[in-house]
Parts: sequence; C-alpha cells; structure tokens
Amino acid sequence: MTRLKDAVVAGARGLCLTLFALVGSIVLFVFSVLSIAFILLGIGVFTTPAVLTVLRKYANTYRGLAGAWSDVTIPHAYRPFPPDLRSGVTGQVERCSLMLKDPATWRDLQWLLVNMTVAPIVAVLAPSLILYMVYGWVLAAGVWEPIYDAGGGEWFAFIHVTSQDTADQAALLGTGFFLLAVFVNPCLVRGHFLLARACLSPTARMRERELARRVDRLTETRHDAVDNSAAELRRIERDLHDGAQARLVAMGMDLGTIEAMIETNPAKAKELIGKARQNSGEALTELRDLVRGIHPPVLAERGLGDAVKALALRLPLPTEVDVELAGRAEAPVESAAYFAVSESLTNAIKHSGADRVWVDMHHADGMLRIAVTDNGKGGAVAGAGSGLSGIERRLGTFDGVLAVSSPAGGPTMVTMEIPCVLS
Amino acid sequence: MRVVLAEDLFLLRDGLVRMLEAFDFEIAAAVESGPELTKALEELQPDVAVVDVRLPPSHTDEGLQCALAARRARPGLPVLVLSQHVEQLYARELLADGNGGVGYLLKDRVFDAAQFIDAVRRVAAGGTAMDPQVIQQLLTRRSASDEPLGALTPREREVLELMAQGRSNAAIAAQLVVTERAIAKHTSNIFGKLDLAVSDDDNRRVLAVLAYLDQGR
Repeated sequence: MTRLKDAVVAGARGLCLTLFALVGSIVLFVFSVLSIAFILLGIGVFTTPAVLTVLRKYANTYRGLAGAWSDVTIPHAYRPFPPDLRSGVTGQVERCSLMLKDPATWRDLQWLLVNMTVAPIVAVLAPSLILYMVYGWVLAAGVWEPIYDAGGGEWFAFIHVTSQDTADQAALLGTGFFLLAVFVNPCLVRGHFLLARACLSPTARMRERELARRVDRLTETRHDAVDNSAAELRRIERDLHDGAQARLVAMGMDLGTIEAMIETNPAKAKELIGKARQNSGEALTELRDLVRGIHPPVLAERGLGDAVKALALRLPLPTEVDVELAGRAEAPVESAAYFAVSESLTNAIKHSGADRVWVDMHHADGMLRIAVTDNGKGGAVAGAGSGLSGIERRLGTFDGVLAVSSPAGGPTMVTMEIPCVLS
Repeated sequence: MRVVLAEDLFLLRDGLVRMLEAFDFEIAAAVESGPELTKALEELQPDVAVVDVRLPPSHTDEGLQCALAARRARPGLPVLVLSQHVEQLYARELLADGNGGVGYLLKDRVFDAAQFIDAVRRVAAGGTAMDPQVIQQLLTRRSASDEPLGALTPREREVLELMAQGRSNAAIAAQLVVTERAIAKHTSNIFGKLDLAVSDDDNRRVLAVLAYLDQGR
C-alpha cells in the first residue's frame, strides 16, 4: 500500500518537476545567454548579476527538492563575494565579473541545457506510466469505437486498437504499465535528480579550491580565537589585580594594624574590624562578578537554556525565553552561545529602544539555532566595528554563523546557528 | 531545634556547625554530598535544613534539587538554601509550591551571625528569607517598566524591600529605627497602592509581594 502511495506521489512529483524543469530552465537559459551576450553592449553588466542570482536561487530550490523528495544531496560551490564589495556601478561590474569567473556559474548553465532536454523525459515517465493506464481503460470502456469509426485506428503503445478485444488488451497493457510504475516511479524521480547532481555537483578542482578556502577560514577563526582568549586572560588578570587582590591586601594590612592596637586602642581596632569585613564582602562581590563574566554559575549548573532564562530575569526589559533543547552541548559551545545571546540582548537593550525581547532556542539536524528578536527601531548592521561582528567572530570559532535582519523601523532579529551535538 | 546541614567545603561546614551550635541549635547531621543529604532529610526529620546549592557528586545544582525533592516528599519542610551567587530563577523554584518555610541567601550573609541566625529561625518557623540581592533585582526590574511601584515613596520602597525579604514588622522597625506603628502604617499604604489584600500572615505577605512582582512579566 505504501508502495502504491509512493508511486502516485512520485508520479505527481514527476509531473511538477517536468513543468518546473522545462519552463524554468528554458526561460533562465534564454535570459542568461542574452544577458551575457549583452555584456558587449554594456547593458549585460547590470542584468547579468540579477539573472544569475535568480538562476542560483532556482538551482538552490532544486537542490532543496532533491534532498526533500529523493534524499539526493547536491552540494553547491558558489564562491562567496568578498566582504568589501563596493556599491554602485563599480560594485556591479565587480559582481558581474566575479560571477562570470566562478566555474559554478558555467556548470549551472550546462545543467540548464540538460534540465530542458534529457531530465524532463526521465521525470515525465513517472506520471505517464500512471496516466497511460487510465487512457487504456477509457479505450476499453468503449471509447475506442467512435475513434475507430472516425477512421482513427488508435495505437496504444504497440497495440493497434480496432476491436473490443484489442481495446481490452490495451487496458491490460496499461495496467501492466501501472504495475511497472509502482516499482520504478520513485527511481525515475531519483534518476532525474541524479542527472541534476551529475551536472551540478562541484568538480574535483572546485572542491580543492573549496578546501583551500576552508583552510583560510579556519586559520582566520583560529587567530580570532587566540586573540580573544588572550584578551580575556588580560582582562581577568587586570580585574583580579585591581580588584579582589587589592582588597585582600588591604584586609591583611587592617588585620595587622588590629593585631597591634587591639589592646592599646580597642575602639579603633573595632572600627578597623568593621572595615576589614566590608573589604572581604566587596572582594567576594568582585570575584562573583568576575566568575559570572568567565563562566556564569547557572550555565555550569543547569546548562544553556536555564542560564539564558536566568539572564532574562535580570534584564530591565520583559523578555520571553523559549527553549527546546533535549540535552546539553559541549561546555565551550554553551559558553560561546551564552555570551553571544548575552551580547545580542545587551545590544537590543542599549540601542534598539525596544520594550519587548524574545529569545528562541532550539536544536535540530545537528544545528543549534538561536533567534533574538526585539520590537525596537531596527537599523542594526553587522559589519566591521559593530558589536555584532564581535559575536560573529566568537561564533566563527565553532563554525557558527550570524545573520541580522533589521529593517529601519524594526523589528530586529539576530539569528545564530552553531553546528553541535547535544548529549 | 534540629538542623541538617549540607555543605561540601570543610571549612565552611565546620564554621556553620560552630555558629549554629553557639546559637543553641542541635546539629542532627552535617553532610557533604547530595545523596547523603537526601538520606539525612528522610531519616532524621530535622526542623530545618541548611543546604548549599552546589554539592558533589555532580557539583551542579544538586543541593537545590535535593531540597526541592525533599519538600515534595514532605511539603513545608523548612529549607534554607545558601549559594555563592543568587538567581531569581532558583528563588522562584523554591517559592513555587507556596508552602513557605524557604530561604535563599548568599553565602556572604553568614558574616553577620545575628542576621543569619534570624533568617534560619524565620525559615524554621515557616516564614521566608530572601536575599536582598534577589529582591533588589526584582524591584529595579519592575520599577523600570511599571507604574504602581513608581507611586511608592522612597521610605515605602525601603519597607517593601525588607518586607519582601521576609522580615516581620518588628524587625523592619528595628532596622529602620522607627516605631512598629509607623511600619504598620507604611505597609498598609503599600498594600493599598499595590492593590493587595491585607493579611497578618508574614509568609503570605511575602508570597503576595513576590506574586505581584512576578505578574505582567
């Protein structure tokens, strides 16, 4: 029964894919070729990036479908734009040349050719096998007669339908096709995607380049991590030196003085004892703050979810925290995520003018996803120099990414993703 | 009064034992880990438990969890939780069952022996003892976004803070060096401004305050 359902679903998908592949591929191919040809005239420089961006979106949608419908993963290898891409006309020209130099662009175009010729034929078989049976049955139900009378002599596959007998045979053959469909339909859809994968997946050279880029990125994030932790150590050292340590020294001196004058001047000694106690209390407070800055106690005790909840309780703004975590991540990841959330919240409170904040945390598919949303005035930018780039660097150490959506007028939504496993 | 004490640092445990004994408490047991605490609370049925949040073997919030579990088994079992840091999250969990007889204090509060012992006695009697830091957090947070607290005079705010910590009118009067009658007047003003029904019960009073502070988050 599930087989039958799968076959029918695959048939429907095949039909969708055929239409999608034909219409999308032909339109995009024509536009791309024209646009690239027009580069000579100058107009193409402006249209090409737009067309190619649409093409990439189209290809990515396809990749999504391949994963969702047939479990075929088609990796992509578009080169990212450099972060210092200029804006305006020069930026446009730069973008155009970058996209044309990217081998992935040319593979996309090749794929479009395949996707409007061979690929639809494979996909269209899936619905055809099912629909052909229906046609066979319609013929056998008596429809063959008027067709024959009109001088038609309909062919059903290889059967020439001229009588009820041959019409029955056609119906039988149609049923046979349907049975075939039950077994091959999912394979046909899969075959269609496999063709796409053969065309789209990066070549060995592209993969090499991808690896090289990854090494670059790792070197960069490692530098950041080392710099960050060195700075953090310096801060801790300075805080201890100027704070708790100094207070303890003062306490020691007070105690020494007390020892000396406890008999000669009890009143003064008593006063100093009070001061020493005050100093010890303040040293404790400073140490506590310092510990919270390094690794918050609730984080150690309860994990990320409750630590963020506890953090939210301390904020001056009403903050809703929604947590769906089935376990705990590794301590360094938890810590990075916690401080990233903490910084995002601080940003929201300081700059957004919001009166409500929402934090949403969940883990799915090996990815910890956190969204911090406020209803403030928006306009936040992630870029060099902003607090957000600090968070980005922090997450980068764990291959995490940060995205900011903050249209002027708000709301601002900071989304973070960190690959990790929960235990 | 019989006390079960749970604290993993030997020096602090020893100090607490001596301090409690000096104030005529009987130490039924002084333990250093979560499982031992659970066992002691079950078998010895103390009048009050003084518990460190972080205990072995897990060194997380084991002490708090044991205390909460013991209170589920024996509702109203007086528990005073001590911690190196205070969090509203934990305070809420302790107050959640509404049975009273809970306290949540920073470990530093043992420096002031008299106040600390007062807190233990209050909790043992079914009252509450909340750390001023927790209350302060709650109050600043609320006043930032809310009107009714803004309507309080500075003196009334002071009284509210002490009240929320779990102090009786007499204790508040002593601390602020005014008469008890003056405090009674302040409290009824506060209840009026905050729309709370007047009650003689100390414990319900604190719960009402906290419940009020909790709403509208």
